[in-house]
Amino acid sequence: MRENVVIRTVVRLAVPFIQIFALYVIVHGASGAGGGFQGGVVFASSFILMTIAFDLAYTRRRIGSRGTMICSALGIAIYEGVGILCILYAGNYLEYGVIEAALGIPHLHGYLIDLVEAGIGITVMAVMTSIIYDMANRGGRSA
Amino acid sequence: MIEAFSELFFARYNYWMAIILMLIGLYALIAKQNLVKKIIGLNIFQTAIFLFYISVASVEGGTAPIYLPDGASAVYVNPLPHVLILTAIVVGVSITAVALSLVVRIYEEYGVIDEDELKEAVRGR
Amino acid sequence: MTLIDHLPVLLVAGPIVASLLTLVAGWHDRRLCYPIALAAVLGEFAAALVIFRQVMGGGTVRYDVGGWAPPMGIELVIDTFGGFILATIMLLALMTTLYAFRSVTKEIPTEKTVSFYVIFQVLLAGLIGMTITGDVFNLYVFLEISSIAAYTLISATRKPHAYVASYNYLVLGSIAAGFILLGIGNLYVATGTLNMAELAAMLPGSYDLATVHAAFLFLIIGFSIKAAFFPLHLWLPDAYTESPSAVTVLIATVMAKVSVYALFRFLFSVFTLAYITEIYPVTGVVLLIATIAIVAGAILAIAQDDLKRLLAYSSVSQIGYIMFAVGVANQIALEGGLLHILGHAVMKGCLFMVAGLIIYQTGTARLSELGGIARKMPLSCAAFALAGASMIGIPPTIGFMSKYYLVLGAFEAGLWPYAAVLLVGSLLAAAYIWRFIEIAYFGGHHDEHHRTEIREGPASMLAPALGLSLLCLLLGIFVAVPLEAIGLAVAQLLGGA
Repeated sequence: MRENVVIRTVVRLAVPFIQIFALYVIVHGASGAGGGFQGGVVFASSFILMTIAFDLAYTRRRIGSRGTMICSALGIAIYEGVGILCILYAGNYLEYGVIEAALGIPHLHGYLIDLVEAGIGITVMAVMTSIIYDMANRGGRSA
Repeated sequence: MIEAFSELFFARYNYWMAIILMLIGLYALIAKQNLVKKIIGLNIFQTAIFLFYISVASVEGGTAPIYLPDGASAVYVNPLPHVLILTAIVVGVSITAVALSLVVRIYEEYGVIDEDELKEAVRGR
Repeated sequence: MTLIDHLPVLLVAGPIVASLLTLVAGWHDRRLCYPIALAAVLGEFAAALVIFRQVMGGGTVRYDVGGWAPPMGIELVIDTFGGFILATIMLLALMTTLYAFRSVTKEIPTEKTVSFYVIFQVLLAGLIGMTITGDVFNLYVFLEISSIAAYTLISATRKPHAYVASYNYLVLGSIAAGFILLGIGNLYVATGTLNMAELAAMLPGSYDLATVHAAFLFLIIGFSIKAAFFPLHLWLPDAYTESPSAVTVLIATVMAKVSVYALFRFLFSVFTLAYITEIYPVTGVVLLIATIAIVAGAILAIAQDDLKRLLAYSSVSQIGYIMFAVGVANQIALEGGLLHILGHAVMKGCLFMVAGLIIYQTGTARLSELGGIARKMPLSCAAFALAGASMIGIPPTIGFMSKYYLVLGAFEAGLWPYAAVLLVGSLLAAAYIWRFIEIAYFGGHHDEHHRTEIREGPASMLAPALGLSLLCLLLGIFVAVPLEAIGLAVAQLLGGA
């Protein structure tokens, strides 16, 4: 029982830092190593760590089936939304330059890239978490 | 003769590494009986292909491919293969996820994960 | 730029958006999935027809994703061949969606219905993307999207054997994808570009490099596994037999055709005709293996007891016909090959739909238990008979037209014995089609007593099957209509445009 206490305390301390690191990785995709997929997986790994250290019900209380479903749809919706927004501004699909030229906000091109990466990160996080939920549920006690 | 030998093996060690890993992965995929070990073999095979690509992309003395406004004529590492491999890694992860969930379902239905025992169980049904 | 100009990218983005809508809507109410799927496929079919007309009228349609011009950016290219395949696969996808309503409610467990329709849309997105892309790595990504969706759909049934079939397909398909990735990597190392048109322009300078030969071999082997070309077809019978009926129709017609399309793209548009006939002459080997495929597939089909497995081996044989056109590699034979792509999609779609109808009504597909089924299900068996006649090659159906062109092409190239093998293949096809016709129409009366409650199938499943079988006949009679597009497509493929 002692090991449980150590593991659970360490996980409770580490998970917020893992999640902040995941957000850092997502945002720094354009100018360094990182990007949507990598950040999303790191974010999901924080939930997987919670599933391993505590039990599945504890993690499910934080983000459940409904949360993963909405997040996975939301992420791709952001991606497609930005693409179709570029079409509405009379450019090609995902041509960020036309929105930046039309609205005149400097560096908007970069912000849109980060927005799309964030969308990808949200979807990847939701899908990875739902994969773990489905697999950890099998085989008797879901512990 | 020595130069030919050294050029064949030591100058191109990255290709040899990729080929040997690929063959190890294919061997595991074909020869192992356990279904999960086959998936690990598939992962090794795919990782070898990724390493082949990325080793091609590196440039001697190259720096990270970020535009340096003052040192404008720097030698950059080619970033395109890295982007391609990122996508391919995602594909590999998805395939592993689908394969493992199939193995979980096979285990629930038949109770075995060994390939030979699985053939017997399927024939028995 | 109007909406029509953006149709290529909307054709790929549309199914993805539809799958998201299905996911969110289906979570609330399961009955909303099917209307969304049907509306999406209808929209995509209309868009595919508009693009096809645009290509036939004005030449190749090009679209730069993100506004970046090729070879920097990813380009969507739809030429005559691509437009033709796009129209074919969207027609079959529409028929399958109409067919799927009743079939899915019976064969797929209720809690999996929402996931089924979501992944159905993702499969369509991957296949459409594969057809219209002009960038080889984009082709690989869409190939993997469609393959993963197919692995999942095959296992979405109550039969436990489907999991083993899907696992085998997954392992073989992933090896194929690994080889394709290696081939693309070798091409990139040799030329430095990933755009198909640019590769076709830059490769002739590097034809003597071993890198290019290695890339060619990897790509051929990889796509042959995906298209189930003879010795690499081992995943096909189990995958087609164990999957749900609607999924079998979709992957047997649409997915197989898109894999063949990708193979043709690489053989003729990236590595031009000069490469595959003179520099690395592989057409002779392909011809030989194709003839073995035709005969072996047909012989294995005759020996089967399960109707779906019989049709699966028949598919192996028919892919041999299409690769025969590659082996001969002249204008007429390739026209026959492309006509066979269209014809086989329609014929095999109808045959698998009838098999699904029989399973829906009787619960079994074993030929030994289906005696006299034609008395109970006359329309279904009539559709089977018409499509089967087309499969054998009886004039004036489209099966006869495509085989006629293949034989003409073989004669023109002076390959008399191979043309004889084509006719032998037709005889063997007659053997396995006649097996079912004989059992259905003239079959045993001994299980009459528990067959009394079997009626004809539901209209939503019967109408697509009848429609496709009539299309076999109509396409054969009015064969000039598809031939106009096919002639242009083959000229572009052979001329390397």
